[in-house]
Amino acid sequence: MVKKVLIADDEPNIVLSLEFLMEQFGFEVRVAGNGGEALELVESFAPDLVLLDVMMPVKNGYEVCQHIKSAPSLHHIKVILLSAKGRDVEVAKGIEMGADAYVTKPFSTRDLAAKVRDMLGE
Amino acid sequence: MTPGRGFWRTATGVSAFVVALILAAGLVVWLDLAPAERTQLAALFPAPRVGLLVLFIIALIGGIFGIVRRWFRQSVEPVHRLAEATQLIAASNPDHRVPLEGSEETRQAANAVNALAQRRSELERQVEETVRAAKASVEAEKNRLAALMSELQQSVLVCNREGRILLYNSAARALLGGGGEPGTDVAPVGLGRSVFGVIDRSLILHALDSIEQQLERGAEAGAQFVTTTPAGGLLRVQAAPVLAPESQGEAEPTPSRSLAGFVLLLSDVTEAVESDSKRVALMQALSESTRGALASIRAAIETVIDYPSMDPSRRERFTGVIRDEAVRLSQRLDAVSRDFSEQLESQWPLEEMRGEDLIALARNRIDKRLALPTKLEEVDPQVWVKVDSLSVAQGITYLAARLKDEFQIREVRFRLTRGERHGQLDMLWHGAPLSLETVFAWENDPFQMGGEASPLTWKQVVARHAGEAWYRRDLPAQTAYFRLLLPLAAETRSARAAKAGSRPEFYDFDLFKLAAANTALDERLLSELTYTVFDTETTGLDPSQGDEIIAIGAARIVNGRLLSEETFEQLIDPRRPLSQASIAVHGITPERLVGQPTIAAVLPRFRRFVEDTVLVGHNAAFDMRFLQLKEAQTGVVLDQPLLDTLLLSAVIHPNQESHSLEAIAQRLGVEIVDRHSALGDAVATGEVFLRMLPLLAAAGIQTLGEARAAARRTFYARVSY
Repeated sequence: MVKKVLIADDEPNIVLSLEFLMEQFGFEVRVAGNGGEALELVESFAPDLVLLDVMMPVKNGYEVCQHIKSAPSLHHIKVILLSAKGRDVEVAKGIEMGADAYVTKPFSTRDLAAKVRDMLGE
Repeated sequence: MTPGRGFWRTATGVSAFVVALILAAGLVVWLDLAPAERTQLAALFPAPRVGLLVLFIIALIGGIFGIVRRWFRQSVEPVHRLAEATQLIAASNPDHRVPLEGSEETRQAANAVNALAQRRSELERQVEETVRAAKASVEAEKNRLAALMSELQQSVLVCNREGRILLYNSAARALLGGGGEPGTDVAPVGLGRSVFGVIDRSLILHALDSIEQQLERGAEAGAQFVTTTPAGGLLRVQAAPVLAPESQGEAEPTPSRSLAGFVLLLSDVTEAVESDSKRVALMQALSESTRGALASIRAAIETVIDYPSMDPSRRERFTGVIRDEAVRLSQRLDAVSRDFSEQLESQWPLEEMRGEDLIALARNRIDKRLALPTKLEEVDPQVWVKVDSLSVAQGITYLAARLKDEFQIREVRFRLTRGERHGQLDMLWHGAPLSLETVFAWENDPFQMGGEASPLTWKQVVARHAGEAWYRRDLPAQTAYFRLLLPLAAETRSARAAKAGSRPEFYDFDLFKLAAANTALDERLLSELTYTVFDTETTGLDPSQGDEIIAIGAARIVNGRLLSEETFEQLIDPRRPLSQASIAVHGITPERLVGQPTIAAVLPRFRRFVEDTVLVGHNAAFDMRFLQLKEAQTGVVLDQPLLDTLLLSAVIHPNQESHSLEAIAQRLGVEIVDRHSALGDAVATGEVFLRMLPLLAAAGIQTLGEARAAARRTFYARVSY
């Protein structure tokens, strides 16, 4: 069965690369431009993993992550937080919100891809 | 007993005694007579003769009254006055002398008292001389401390355990007082005032708690916190303990000595904190936006590299992303360095100084160490720069030394102009041009000049100022110069330091000894209360007919000292014409009142000045009547306890005829300066009041409550205005 990945980031220039990469690995991909859209797509698209930017309009990544991880029907969804905020406290907050990984921008696409495939058991 | 009552009692007594004696003699004679003799005697005294006898007795009584009156005038009243004057000499004015009046014996007694007073004065002077000599070194020490405090740029407050200020310096007053001219502004910082009025009580108490804990552990004690100033700035407060002196004869020092008070060092950190937080915000924003852009670039370029067989149109989108993000990143960095260069500059501590002074420093050095003549060209005196003056002077001297040693330059000149955001300091010379290699070497070699060496280089000096420096030739003028760009400073500096000249009454260490201020006011000793002595000048004598206050003057008495540094003096526009009669008294002409504030604006400030003090005035009922009539209009109610020196004078000197301020001042040996100016009279009243305190104490009046009760009892208290 094809695994589904949701990319939530308001920055189209990074989305372009992420979307291409995920497609290259054969995942089904959807893109959300802000936190609100991300929450809707989490319900309707039912992804296996979310690549979640922290600083987004409407709802930030922390809130979206918290929502996913606190809902019994959703908390199996893997969440990787992507963030330009790289201080220890911010990483700690992300992990506390239930994220499965916290990746600081800029990141290596190969490492990120490896991490995604690992989490999805591929 | 007043002489009046004494006189009546004595005269009546003597008369009654004489009349009784005559009647008794008559009665004895009458009883001794035989009945026939009695009839004869009765016949001798028909009714008209009895009337004559009664008249004779009345005349006798009158005569007795006259004699007693004369005796009182000559012998008793002078003795009463002698007693009062002697008490006055004993208690408060040793230079007062008893008038020679009355009988010969009284005069002799007066002479003896005067001789005694003279002898006492001489002895007192001798003792004073000895004490003065003994105190000189202590005083010198105190003055050195006070001088040190007043010159310090750092603000210092010393307080006793209850938080009463017993020392402050001018920097502290400037920082907490909100500026304004001394005398007209009500400074919240003053001797004896509570520090809690300017700094949050709970913060100080918390700091003291932690200091006490440290003391108990035997550690070095100190605490610090940040708070806000009344003007909204940020204040860093460092607190340190003042320990009570160790008690005598204690064999071992106790591990924890008790706190007698505390010292607060205050610094205004508003600018530093603002600049720090700006810098932090800037760094965060910069790092976040850079991370975002780099993430897009890196992901795009890695994708392009990892998937070389990608179709051209897609590849073009990726390279487009890379270009866009790179452009955005450069724009962002440009904006940051343009708008926030100050925040990114080095943090070497720089002082603000006049550029002219910096040049003078450098010229002095060049003259002393190199004996190279220097001259000034155009120097803008308005240019203030932020510099590390020593390193700049060293650098300039070093460059001049190399010019002299290697190129035999015989003179250098200086020029200082204002650039757009920098001061331009030029050192010029005539003669040989330098090669770029030479300049490069000079800039990077450690300083060495006239026997002085330093690891610093010219390049480092420039970097320390976040400035720039370069070498240029001016061909037409046949000159060459080094130019140094230095950051400009604000020009409003050092006015404050210059203004805060005098130093005397900024401290009063005796406040350490004062007990907690929780005793009810009436029960507190007169000697330990804080007073405001005040006086007003008015347009006339009748407030109910529309006369108004035109001046208020006041001074504070703290711990038995009249503080001439902490005064209140304000002219007031009465909004009505002045009468010639009143101008003749106070000398304030209508022109001087133009533009002065109205009473409604002045009274709230006066209220703050007198807060927590006992009011003292001369004939204060008069001033209070004016002030009370303004209560409704201004909402300012002066409800603190009030003492009147006129009434107190009547309490201590009931036999003196005049209780005018002049008369009392003369009696008590106080010289009035500036009579009939509100402040002058207030100060005179204060000095008179201070001299009255020992006399009141001698009369058994020790507390505020006793003084108020005694004043109420005096005759003058019944006079109403």
